[in-house]
Amino acid sequence: MKIKLTKGYDLPIAGAVAADAGTRDIKAAAVAVAPGDFPGFVPKPDVAPGDVVGAGAPLMHDKTYPGLKLVSPLGGRVTAVVRGERRKLLQVVVEAEDGIEPQRFDTRQLTREKAVALLAGSGLLAMMRRRPYDIVPDPCEVPRDIFVTAIYSAPLELPLAARVGEADVELLELGTALLASLTPGKVYISHDKTWTLGRVKGAEMVEFRGKHPVGNVGVQISNIKPVNKGESVWTLDVETLRRVGYLMKHGVVDTSAVVGIVGPAVEEPCVVRTSAGAAVAPLLAAAGVVADGHHHRVVSGNVLVGTAIDADGYLHYPYRLLTVLDNGDDIDEFMGWASLSPSKMSVYRSFPGHFLKRLFRPDARLLGGRRAMILSGEYDAMMPMDILPEYLLKAIIARDIDKMEQLGIYEVAPEDFALAEYADTSKIPLQHIVREGIEFMRKEV
Amino acid sequence: MIDSARPAFEPGGRLSAFGSVFDGFETFLFTPRTVSGPASVHVHDANDSKRTMIIVVLALMPCFLFGMYNTGYQHWLALGAEEMPLWPLMLYGFLAILPKVAVSYFVGLGIEFAFAQWRKEEIQEGFLVTGILIPMICPVEIPLWMLAVATAFAVVFAKEVFGGTGYNIVNVALVARAFLFFAYPGHMSGDKVFVATGKALGYGTPVADGFTCATPLGQIATHSGGDLMLTGVDGHVFTAWDAFLGLIPGSFGETSVLCILIGAAVLLFTGMASWRIMAGVFAGGLCMGWIANVFASPVYPASLLPAWEQLLYGGFAFAAVFMATDPVTAARTNTGKWIYGVLIGVMAVIIRVYNNGYPEGAMLAVLLMNVFSSLIDWCVVQANIRRRMRRLTAKTSES
Repeated sequence: MKIKLTKGYDLPIAGAVAADAGTRDIKAAAVAVAPGDFPGFVPKPDVAPGDVVGAGAPLMHDKTYPGLKLVSPLGGRVTAVVRGERRKLLQVVVEAEDGIEPQRFDTRQLTREKAVALLAGSGLLAMMRRRPYDIVPDPCEVPRDIFVTAIYSAPLELPLAARVGEADVELLELGTALLASLTPGKVYISHDKTWTLGRVKGAEMVEFRGKHPVGNVGVQISNIKPVNKGESVWTLDVETLRRVGYLMKHGVVDTSAVVGIVGPAVEEPCVVRTSAGAAVAPLLAAAGVVADGHHHRVVSGNVLVGTAIDADGYLHYPYRLLTVLDNGDDIDEFMGWASLSPSKMSVYRSFPGHFLKRLFRPDARLLGGRRAMILSGEYDAMMPMDILPEYLLKAIIARDIDKMEQLGIYEVAPEDFALAEYADTSKIPLQHIVREGIEFMRKEV
Repeated sequence: MIDSARPAFEPGGRLSAFGSVFDGFETFLFTPRTVSGPASVHVHDANDSKRTMIIVVLALMPCFLFGMYNTGYQHWLALGAEEMPLWPLMLYGFLAILPKVAVSYFVGLGIEFAFAQWRKEEIQEGFLVTGILIPMICPVEIPLWMLAVATAFAVVFAKEVFGGTGYNIVNVALVARAFLFFAYPGHMSGDKVFVATGKALGYGTPVADGFTCATPLGQIATHSGGDLMLTGVDGHVFTAWDAFLGLIPGSFGETSVLCILIGAAVLLFTGMASWRIMAGVFAGGLCMGWIANVFASPVYPASLLPAWEQLLYGGFAFAAVFMATDPVTAARTNTGKWIYGVLIGVMAVIIRVYNNGYPEGAMLAVLLMNVFSSLIDWCVVQANIRRRMRRLTAKTSES
């Protein structure tokens, strides 16, 4: 199957990793697992400070489904179980120690129940998402289909080759076989023209062409087989699929992470192999990010859907990208709205920069005041889905359950609105609105 | 300096009653330092609402400058002048429109500032466009106090009561015009208001009392029997070329189709207005004009015009480019925009041709469709909902 999308936009941001950049290994001294990265997961800790855990051993479990775990990315000692307001569990920190055996999992003679339990217990199910609602899948439910995206189209993402290569074909096939046993439907793998691994046995391959958000799995589902009310599908990226295959082959969880350190404020963008949830300070130092008097913003993830973290914080799920840009709160710009400077990044042709084939160095300012929705069609142009974004957003704001259902709340995730939020002249926090709408639906329906 | 003045305007400060005004000027002068939230998009497009509005104002400038020239030109014609000196004409036009623009902005922005302060909100820039549109779509001889009353009425009752910029249902500038049209018809139509006859702020020579000249559409509406001849201030017969260039009597900014097309090009190039709506209005107007012309009858003199000439006269082109495309009051779905545009074009010509009481229908057509735009969108949204429902039923019937 081949699908071409015409809507969307690739943000021309400076600070990508050079094509010939190699991968450096940086051993993580400490990691943290933050349950907030896994929407729908209500954490109960399995460990206390001082406990020794192996890589892949559970750190916490879900309140509703105790078999659903988040696991330690490395072997070591638990040094902190950090709680916030109302004792909400924020993160568990593990410091590396040598000589601790990784947790082993039994991968033989798997029935469907055992297969789900394996994924849930190894922390890999938590790395998947379920649509509707874009939450961690419910282990008791049977998904209609499973969608895997092998397209990383968000700004400054590493090329596919940095994540999976020829050597991983066997792992992908093993992973696909396991996933196929979980659904009566199909396992779809969406890829673009950079995919060189041929057909993965057991999967339905779909080739997409287009600009970001072509890599968003929600966009792919919408164009392959949309989610209807009462159905659910599971989604994951190809790296998680490889991890599933790795677990099947070796019986241990692959908790390593290939992280791109990118962005306009990064001196030497680079790729490092480290542990999931690693402390970011050594990674930033490796990429030459130093305190230079500018206010930096460190984002775990890409600039559209990432989480801003402290420079002494930890990587957040999906442990793929660390983007650094100027925060911009120390900049005074005289009449910026009238600017004809070619360094302004915009989807609009009133900015000369729009016509230049150049990369921009944007900062984190809103670049305007928040307004009501004024221009029409802005969101549509950024969403290649059969959704009327403006009307869905209004239904969400009005908390109108019927309208939300009718307009497709089950088909979307906050990330599908990210590009529209970037382009929005009225600077409305669209992802926040969608996230609240999804939470509301989960509570009410 | 701004930083040091800020505390006085913050809540509790001695000038806190002007907090919104201070904010408004500060964000006008300096891009706000507000940054993205920790879990949102971390970069934003450079375009904002201020720039959007200013581009629309820039797109209006060719019409505005030509309006100045034409006001002077018509005045000189009325004086019986043989030569048309450029700069005196422009100066006269400028002085004639200056008080109107000043009054419109003063009244409108005053009300906006007051409402923003009352609601403790940032001042919004929607009136930048409305404020210049209002004098441009009124006859140049409109008394200032009427303009002030109409602007105040429109801003309060068409915009602020709905919640301000972005929430209004009908086009604010057109409400101001409609208010004048129905409250003071003598000053909004007829043969005495479209050519400036007095001194403009003391400049120029007054034209003799009793001078009259109607707009082309005014002449058509009052036409009875005989050949339809449209004549200008000095009695020469208009050609379509005159109407295209705009050297005809009419409301200040709307006579020149050429300048309107330049404005349209700016709006479309910068992506600030919908090409679907503009194309729809012109297509609808042409189509209805053609139908009217096929069934032409002397009872309805405007039906004698060929379809394409319908687009050249009156406020049709201006409404298509600057009024119908106001995104807040227009249809917001792509299909809806086509329907909305076509219906405006059709309605404008229907009113113009078949209602002899109203020589021009563009204003009423846009206002009418403003009201119906939500209904049009509702139908388009229903189609999306039905598609989703069909998918669901197909699935249920399969299983």
